[in-house]
Amino acid sequence: MTTRKLEILVGAFVALSIAALMLLALKVANAGVAGSDQSYQLLATFDNIGGLKVRSPVKVGGVVVGRVANIHLDPEQFQPVVTLEINSSYNNFPETSSLAILTSGLLGEQYIGLQPGFVDESVEILGNGDHIEDTKSAIVLEELIGQFLFNRGNQ
Amino acid sequence: MILDKLQQVGAATLETIQGFGRATLMLAGALWGRPRFVKAWPLYIKQFYVVGVLSLLIIVVSGLFIGMVLALQGYTVLSKFGAEQMLGPLVALSLLRELGPVVTALLFAGRAGSALTAEIGLMKATEQLSGMEMMAVDPLRRIIAPRLWAGVICMPLLALIFTAVGILGGHLVGVDWLGVDAGGYWSAMQANVDFEQDVLNGIIKSTVFAFLVTVIALHKGFDAVPTSEGISRATTQTVVTASLAVLGFDFVLTAVMFGG
Repeated sequence: MTTRKLEILVGAFVALSIAALMLLALKVANAGVAGSDQSYQLLATFDNIGGLKVRSPVKVGGVVVGRVANIHLDPEQFQPVVTLEINSSYNNFPETSSLAILTSGLLGEQYIGLQPGFVDESVEILGNGDHIEDTKSAIVLEELIGQFLFNRGNQ
Repeated sequence: MILDKLQQVGAATLETIQGFGRATLMLAGALWGRPRFVKAWPLYIKQFYVVGVLSLLIIVVSGLFIGMVLALQGYTVLSKFGAEQMLGPLVALSLLRELGPVVTALLFAGRAGSALTAEIGLMKATEQLSGMEMMAVDPLRRIIAPRLWAGVICMPLLALIFTAVGILGGHLVGVDWLGVDAGGYWSAMQANVDFEQDVLNGIIKSTVFAFLVTVIALHKGFDAVPTSEGISRATTQTVVTASLAVLGFDFVLTAVMFGG
């Protein structure tokens, strides 16, 4: 076989493997799509974040609008502070919006549900670095069972 | 009696250490100086074709079937918990982290590694290697180096193709046959697969395996006893040693990458 034919075949092989890498990077791992340059950050303090993790989705009515960027403990209040990265195409949530940590399905992973609040003349729109005050903590199954047993014991 | 046994153990140990030494010398000779990609281009392109392109068929077919089997088996268990939407991450993570690099390396050892050993062993048996030395052509740089670079570069590419085809095979069975939601298959995968943690670590793994398999195959061929029996033994040893080395190093790499 001539060198030219071999070169064409090897070239096709390399092109195929680059296509495979592209598929893995873009379609499987979704790298580079969620760029941080096109998002803004919101902060929220919870009492208990349950099983929430970094990169957990933030949803409005089931639509993913952002992800959890960082979770750390407030060193004075001893309360977890969650940093949310919201896609900048969704930039008009009012400051009366509330957050709740929800679970998808009975055993599914936990996500943050954002409930947009009312809009009024005195209500401002949330921007980069703003704090969402109204938060509901995660439901911890053990506490729920404990409460249930406690109530049953009283009856 | 006991001294005889002791002598056997000592001889086996020395033989193993000498083997490592000869492999290192061979490697150093082949890598001495930068690879002559320009001057020896036809030699390199030939090896890329033999090692990479000709292995493509077995890699694509095995990848497709392994992805399909993974989806089928995973679906049986996941559907018991009503967690079918996790089929995507199951298939993608097991292929990216484990099966892609490992199965590709095992197939590569059987398909390309044994061929390399047999080819070089026969060159040694027919005294082509000594002939080259007589003509002041360094067989390490003319024969070993192109095959080494071809193996080290081609196997990670093959592993990438294997993984991508496997994920598409999982899609074929999971979505098109068993009826998992297509959007859920991809979105759950994207939510759970991290590019650096999973994809890059998989590539690092397959590069390490490529180096191991290729060096073992070349060393066994270069070191073979130059008889027909010696070549057959060297070919068998290549497949056995390379597979064991891949599985052993896989545990170490997995412990380092994902164990913490």
